[in-house]
Amino acid sequence: MMLLRRTCKEVTHLVLQAEDQALPWRERLAVRLHLMACQACPRFVAQVRLMRKASQRWRDYSESD
Amino acid sequence: MSTAPDLAQALQALRPQLLKYARLQLRNPAWAEDAVSDTLLAALEKPQAFAGQSQLKTWLVGILKHKLVDQIRRHCRELASTPEDGIDLDEELFQADGHWRESPQDWGDPEAALRQLEFMRVLEACVEQLPGQQGRLFMMREWLELETEEICKVLAISPTNLWVMLHRARLRLRDCLQLNWFAGAPKPAR
Repeated sequence: MMLLRRTCKEVTHLVLQAEDQALPWRERLAVRLHLMACQACPRFVAQVRLMRKASQRWRDYSESD
Repeated sequence: MSTAPDLAQALQALRPQLLKYARLQLRNPAWAEDAVSDTLLAALEKPQAFAGQSQLKTWLVGILKHKLVDQIRRHCRELASTPEDGIDLDEELFQADGHWRESPQDWGDPEAALRQLEFMRVLEACVEQLPGQQGRLFMMREWLELETEEICKVLAISPTNLWVMLHRARLRLRDCLQLNWFAGAPKPAR
């Protein structure tokens, strides 16, 4: 299991990386396991999700009157 | 939008908004002017292409996006990074052992924020504050919706380089939204 241990810093890198490319299975699993045990990182994930939605909303907004 | 003078007037009225996005994308006022002029010319030359489409602005922004990619291609060798582009927020965010210095805040219900026009303005201001190259790459990815492979090809940069820059841009954006929206900012009633 040590192989799957990631720090919060590493997890934020992977979470942001996942915005642009699919993560390898092992990294996905490592992120999952970290998120189950961490209080802080799930909030970061929610923030990233909000920013993704915001970008989409912004594109719509920039095109409409 | 039936007659030509109407169209010309409507295009004039939308020009400042187009210019705003062109500047955000290109980070160069002269190139932005070129992209917008090019867009308006294309629109004036093919007004029939607009016929039947729902909104003039939607049509124009669609043209603008193509013209912006043209400008990026034309000037790709001049799109240099600034020293600010090289700064990582990681040091500020994390302790040496990789733990958060300060836990991320709960941003609450996304819909509540995203419904508000004021949030869009804060978001735009935050994108504007990104360092030049980070801002361009972020816009290419999120506003022009280009695939990462295409961005790398157009700018002749490596995927790793692109990813590092997008990573920095997103952490900065998060920081800016936290500071200017989610912390302290008076939230209008829902």
